[in-house]
Amino acid sequence: MESAEQLRDRLLAAFPEARVEVLANPAPVAQHSLIIGATHAVQIATLLRDDPDLAFDYASNVTGVDRPDQEIKEKVTVKETVDGEEKEVTKEVTRTEPGYLEAVYHLYSMAKRHGPVILRLRTENRTDKVTLPSLTPVWRSCEFQEREIYDLFGIVFEDHPDLRRLLMWDDFEGHPMRKDYVEPDDYEWEPTPHDAVLIKAKRPADGEEAAPLAP
Amino acid sequence: MTEADEKTIQDLRRSGILLTTLEDLYNWGRSNSVWPLQFGLACCAIEMIAASMSRFDIARFGSEVFRPSPRQADLMIVSGTVTKKMAPQVVRLYNQMPEPKYVIAMGACAISGGPFKQGYNVLKGIDRYIPVDVHIPGCPPRPEALLNGLMELQEKIREQNLTGENRPHHLRSDVSGEFPVPEFGACDLEPPSNPAVWTPPEPIREGL
Repeated sequence: MESAEQLRDRLLAAFPEARVEVLANPAPVAQHSLIIGATHAVQIATLLRDDPDLAFDYASNVTGVDRPDQEIKEKVTVKETVDGEEKEVTKEVTRTEPGYLEAVYHLYSMAKRHGPVILRLRTENRTDKVTLPSLTPVWRSCEFQEREIYDLFGIVFEDHPDLRRLLMWDDFEGHPMRKDYVEPDDYEWEPTPHDAVLIKAKRPADGEEAAPLAP
Repeated sequence: MTEADEKTIQDLRRSGILLTTLEDLYNWGRSNSVWPLQFGLACCAIEMIAASMSRFDIARFGSEVFRPSPRQADLMIVSGTVTKKMAPQVVRLYNQMPEPKYVIAMGACAISGGPFKQGYNVLKGIDRYIPVDVHIPGCPPRPEALLNGLMELQEKIREQNLTGENRPHHLRSDVSGEFPVPEFGACDLEPPSNPAVWTPPEPIREGL
């Protein structure tokens, strides 16, 4: 099978305006993935399926990823003029990496017996621009899994034939697999609390001021 | 019945004379043909299926007739994780069963939510909405544990009187076998429990 770089070059040759990047996996498995821009995603998926050399006819798995906004502290060396002298000054700069939601597709070829190729589609942000093109018209097996991502992460898939919640009920509010989901406070005593439950267990009893939960 | 009477009955039985009461006969029949409702919710159902097959053979206790309709079932084996989305259907199935009806909560999830207890989508025990007769702990319980739970239930049925407070529900007019079906709320079931059958445990906060 072609490597991720070869695939990227082939896709860029077919769609020069598309965004295709290789995201390297530093682990020993070296299972690199392709970040695909939303605008050309359906065309790229159709090419991956219909090209006789690639023939990715089977999307085995679709899953979601939530990346919240991240604050990254960096040390930057800047040249500054202090008292007429040029000096190199090291400053600590904090920048915010904007968060996004991501849909990850794992593709295999039954005909060619190769795979997987991993596609990643990213939304613009986590709040209002959470739309991605649905790949269900290309691979039918994406239907329920995209519904599950819509249910748990809140990615809206355009052109999905039946975009409803899959696991939670229709009137459910929120998307429970998001990192910032706040579940209803229904803590009950249990004998061996741990992690987040331990924090809830240590809270003062009713009537007293409740201690804030750890983030 | 006094102890001497019991001894006399046993002696008579050995010489071929059977003395019994209507109550004993009635409960003997009821307890040896407890028909379970055929439904499973998670991995505990696999153990329930194993209990019904030849190796463990639930037919020895007269419970091999798993009924596909709640109208023909006496026993609801809640075998597995009850999610909040599934809980209203479980309560509705229980309401549709005819009296006398019994419930076995099989496995950690059906009892308390098990490992998913503090999660967003799992009910913290089916006993919040319907009365449970036998709780079987385990994750999942082995088929022997289910058979033991069934024997406990049979024992319970045999001890029910035809008259008095302990009589089975179908002989009483003052109790209802129907329980309110919870509704789907914004992020939990409404109400989160039925106070008529379940009260929340008192939180223990010392020693933490």
